[in-house]
Amino acid sequence: MTGQNASPLVDIRHLKEYFPINVGAFRTKPLKAVDDVSFTIMKGETLGLVGESGCGKTTVGRTVLQLYKPTAGEIWYDGKQIKTKKDLKEFRTKATMVFQDPYSSLNPRMTVMDIIAEPLDVHDLSKSKEQRRERVLELMDYVGLNSEHASRYAHEFSGGQRQRIGIARSLAVNPEFIVCDEPVSALDVSIQAQVINMFDELQDRLGLTYLFIAHDLLVVRHISDRIAVMYLGKMVELADADEIYDRPLHPYSKSLISAVPVPDPQIARANKRIVLTGDIPSPLNAPSGCPFRTRCPYATEECAESMPEFTEVSKGHFVACHRTADIN
Amino acid sequence: MKDNKTRLTPFSMHVNVEDFIPATAEEKEYMVSMRPSSTFFRDGVKRLVKNKVALISFIVIVVITLSAIIIPFFWPYRYEQMLGVTPGKPADASYNNLKPFEYGKTEQARIEAGESVFPHVFGTDSGGRDYFIRVVYGTRISLAVGFFASLIVLIIGITVGSVAGYIGGRVDLIIMRIVDIIYSLPDMLMVILLAAVLRQTIGNSLEGTILEKIGSNIISLFIVFGILYWVSMARLIRGQILSLREQEYVLAAKATGAKAGWIIRKHLIPNCISVVIISTALQIPNAIFTESFLSFLGLGVNAPMPSLGSLASDALNGVTSYPYRLIIPAVVISLIVLSLNLFGDGLRDAFDPKLNS
Repeated sequence: MTGQNASPLVDIRHLKEYFPINVGAFRTKPLKAVDDVSFTIMKGETLGLVGESGCGKTTVGRTVLQLYKPTAGEIWYDGKQIKTKKDLKEFRTKATMVFQDPYSSLNPRMTVMDIIAEPLDVHDLSKSKEQRRERVLELMDYVGLNSEHASRYAHEFSGGQRQRIGIARSLAVNPEFIVCDEPVSALDVSIQAQVINMFDELQDRLGLTYLFIAHDLLVVRHISDRIAVMYLGKMVELADADEIYDRPLHPYSKSLISAVPVPDPQIARANKRIVLTGDIPSPLNAPSGCPFRTRCPYATEECAESMPEFTEVSKGHFVACHRTADIN
Repeated sequence: MKDNKTRLTPFSMHVNVEDFIPATAEEKEYMVSMRPSSTFFRDGVKRLVKNKVALISFIVIVVITLSAIIIPFFWPYRYEQMLGVTPGKPADASYNNLKPFEYGKTEQARIEAGESVFPHVFGTDSGGRDYFIRVVYGTRISLAVGFFASLIVLIIGITVGSVAGYIGGRVDLIIMRIVDIIYSLPDMLMVILLAAVLRQTIGNSLEGTILEKIGSNIISLFIVFGILYWVSMARLIRGQILSLREQEYVLAAKATGAKAGWIIRKHLIPNCISVVIISTALQIPNAIFTESFLSFLGLGVNAPMPSLGSLASDALNGVTSYPYRLIIPAVVISLIVLSLNLFGDGLRDAFDPKLNS
């Protein structure tokens, strides 16, 4: 799907997001939730973003959509930097978001009709009530909901159905780009498959581009064209989905991939699981140099001194590790 | 097939496949039944109706309110009308201090002449005014003061509370310190001081306006409520908004590009409205009580306008001879305050089930 010469739809350059945390009465310390992350997404592509809890995946997603004001860095969309309020207003009709928790992301006092139509109302996109209604029913049809559900409240639905409502809402403004923030992690496995396949179908039908955030590696592999791995606010590896599964270069990616369950006991037994010791350090006191060095089996002095560059080692395969050449 | 049948024994687990026919479309349709959609509001009303105490309280409130509004329209006496005083004639003292169902001299004469005279159900007061209509009118004033004072409290509280809660940060800090300061003042003392000062300062500036008719004292009462009693409402709403604004649906609204006003109106207020309604319902008896108490101290409504508090206060002078004149307004106040409180509790139980558990 990746066009070779096409310019990227989304281009994130050196994105930083620091949250001030109160330490003591008057002093604050920056929590580096996202620290210097750059990536691009081509039109029609799905970029998977994986990493363990608290590594800043969700913050990346939200900062890309400028729900949080980035501390530093540039966000380019379709060849234009999103800078002014006017840019942002227009950007909001092109980039939307699907949220993780289908229970708290729908207002319990609104009917499904009003929830899905909210983006239309905010941007004044429907000319008449009739048109608004038609559009909502069309969206509900896209995501496989019955039209008689329109007048109901969100709490009357199951998790999977609620997530469909959330997806319909994100499609309302006819977006080109959707940030999916762990959209299936709150669902049952059987429902996960349905929803994932729906994302796939919608992408084919509407030509959507996804930034797909997840911690389930199998899910990510299924839907993504490329996958980025994050650790402690930094991007450590970025490559094509199959490449990263077959040939992970960063020690952290290696251990992540080795943890993916394989549904064949013979292969599973043959695979060696790389178990990391220790916990993920607090982003408030991130280690010097490479953030992963405290848990990395290959760490050297150099790793403590400087942060490795995010370099392209083979075509389209980026990794941030001093010892890439030695350990592979 | 035949072969199969012969092999079947009573204990056999074999099943005849022909017994199972796929359902037709109509049959499937028949099995699909939708539960009627129920809104939060309808659920709450259902629970409220089941609560007998709340229901009875509600009926009492409605009856009292309706009679306070309707009765003055057809009652033959007016609240400020001194029955013994006819222009051009000396005052007839026989109308003063009538006991219930007694009549003044001229009325007595008319009855003997065969005319029918509307009875003075509660007698008359020391000025010869029909006491029943005064009680009804006083109820009307008390209810109106309670209702509008709560409305003022609600409007100020909701605005300040939602702004403080939603914007947060320094704005929140400053507003909440002001709230704390007002909270720490002894409120009864402040109410008395403000009411005493305001009725003097406002009285003159009101002349010639529509507000003059309402009376400077009631206006000052409203101002007192506006200044002092919004704080608890503002605190309550701020707390609600603080927890609601972290909900993901607020973030979702932000992601669609909604502005702060939209988010507050469409997402935050509707989700804390039940709490707001409940505390407003509980605020009304509070306001009525404060009004009665101020009127009792002589800081309430301007004479000759009655309120339940001023009626009780006037009755104190003749309490040994006419105790019912104190008892009647006292009972009406208690009835209103009690039923509003019980109804408010019922509302809370019905619309905020979380508070119960």
